[in-house]
Amino acid sequence: MSQQQRIKIAQRIADEFEDGQIINLGVGIPTLIPDYIEGKDVYLHSENGLLGMGPTPEEKSVNMDLISASKQPVTVETGASIFDSSDSFLMIRGGHLDVAVLGTLQVDETGEVANWAVPGQNILGVGGAMDLVAGAKKIIIATMHTSKDSTPKLLRKLTFPSSGIRKVNMIVTEHAVFEFKDEKMFLIEVLSDISLEKLKDITPANYEVSIKKLVRA
Amino acid sequence: MKKLLKLEDFSELIKDGDKLLVGGFGLSGTPLSLIDEIAISGKKNLTIVSNNLGEKGKGLGKLLVSGNLKKAIGSYFTTNADAVNAWSKGELEIELVPQGTLAEAIRCGGAGIGGFYTKTAVGTKLAEGKHQMAFDDGEYILEKAIKGDVALIKALKADTFGNLIYDQTGRNFNPVMATAARLVIAEVDEIVEAGEIKPEEIVTPHLFVDYVVVTKYVKQGGRYVEPTTAN
Repeated sequence: MSQQQRIKIAQRIADEFEDGQIINLGVGIPTLIPDYIEGKDVYLHSENGLLGMGPTPEEKSVNMDLISASKQPVTVETGASIFDSSDSFLMIRGGHLDVAVLGTLQVDETGEVANWAVPGQNILGVGGAMDLVAGAKKIIIATMHTSKDSTPKLLRKLTFPSSGIRKVNMIVTEHAVFEFKDEKMFLIEVLSDISLEKLKDITPANYEVSIKKLVRA
Repeated sequence: MKKLLKLEDFSELIKDGDKLLVGGFGLSGTPLSLIDEIAISGKKNLTIVSNNLGEKGKGLGKLLVSGNLKKAIGSYFTTNADAVNAWSKGELEIELVPQGTLAEAIRCGGAGIGGFYTKTAVGTKLAEGKHQMAFDDGEYILEKAIKGDVALIKALKADTFGNLIYDQTGRNFNPVMATAARLVIAEVDEIVEAGEIKPEEIVTPHLFVDYVVVTKYVKQGGRYVEPTTAN
């Protein structure tokens, strides 16, 4: 069930992409998205220095010097380019990426995101998370609606360390799609058979219901 | 070739307490042979600037086992259990830097720029103690440039002048690191005659490279393996 829900999130986010866009996919659920962008003319950017990332190669074609940001072997699409880390983050920070899809630990009702550290645990990894939050033109959060122990992730205020002051544009969970406008959160789609009351129960963040369409799974 | 260096002569160029810039993203584009030499050199109190410390027991991860390190500066250490353990026992200092800030700080270090303002990490724990300033389009923080005593980089090929090209995403931090240290040593798979790499294909021009060492590793099935285990 859980994997089906993760795929549903990936598919819904793929629907958001437009032809010609440059897209960076983070770790976790975003790594499922490439399976659902067939027919879309988009270009995948990988933070370790690749634009035009293709699917996983057959074992005989693996080159561990051609990898994704998750350090998995990948291929290059026709027209791909390779560059160093400083140019790669110039693209990220400088606003040259159209969309970044990121996993998250928490998002607050203004769209501020916490996706790199948990209080009380070692803070020893940040990677490119803060650069992507600061620089991508549009940020879509791909996340399960709550954590595995049912703790809410969409909150009034963050309790985990912030990833930056830049607010995200959209959240897609297995239950719903939220959009942010002027630091206000709007429920725009329901993706499961959950009732609006139950959704409210598992979503401490304040949001306005502004449903454009109901997509029951 | 004037810049050719024997692998066994390399570690004499490193001093205790040096700050080393080491290329690589995970194990990709990592100077594995040079790292192995450091692991058996007995050098102490080294500071490593690298995106991460390899993997447990592999690449820079070996230096955690051999005890050469005082400090690591990079963006991602959580996936190497040895790094996390060494840090929690107080045996390793860690300075965490966002990946893009790390790359740009090294670029500035090589470009004669003392520091730069970035919007990455504004309002986070990683901005604490850093100067913040408002520019036309928002808040930025000041980050200082990073320079090293020695840069250890990995390229696919050098020519006899020391011009370098890289293998795919093995490029990563290597070209910027080649610009930002007093002494730059490139580990390569192959050395070719000057002229064989076309001028427009060269990524790192030879002026940045002091020494070239040929790797002892062999690439099999897309992975570098040590010659002792290679068939």
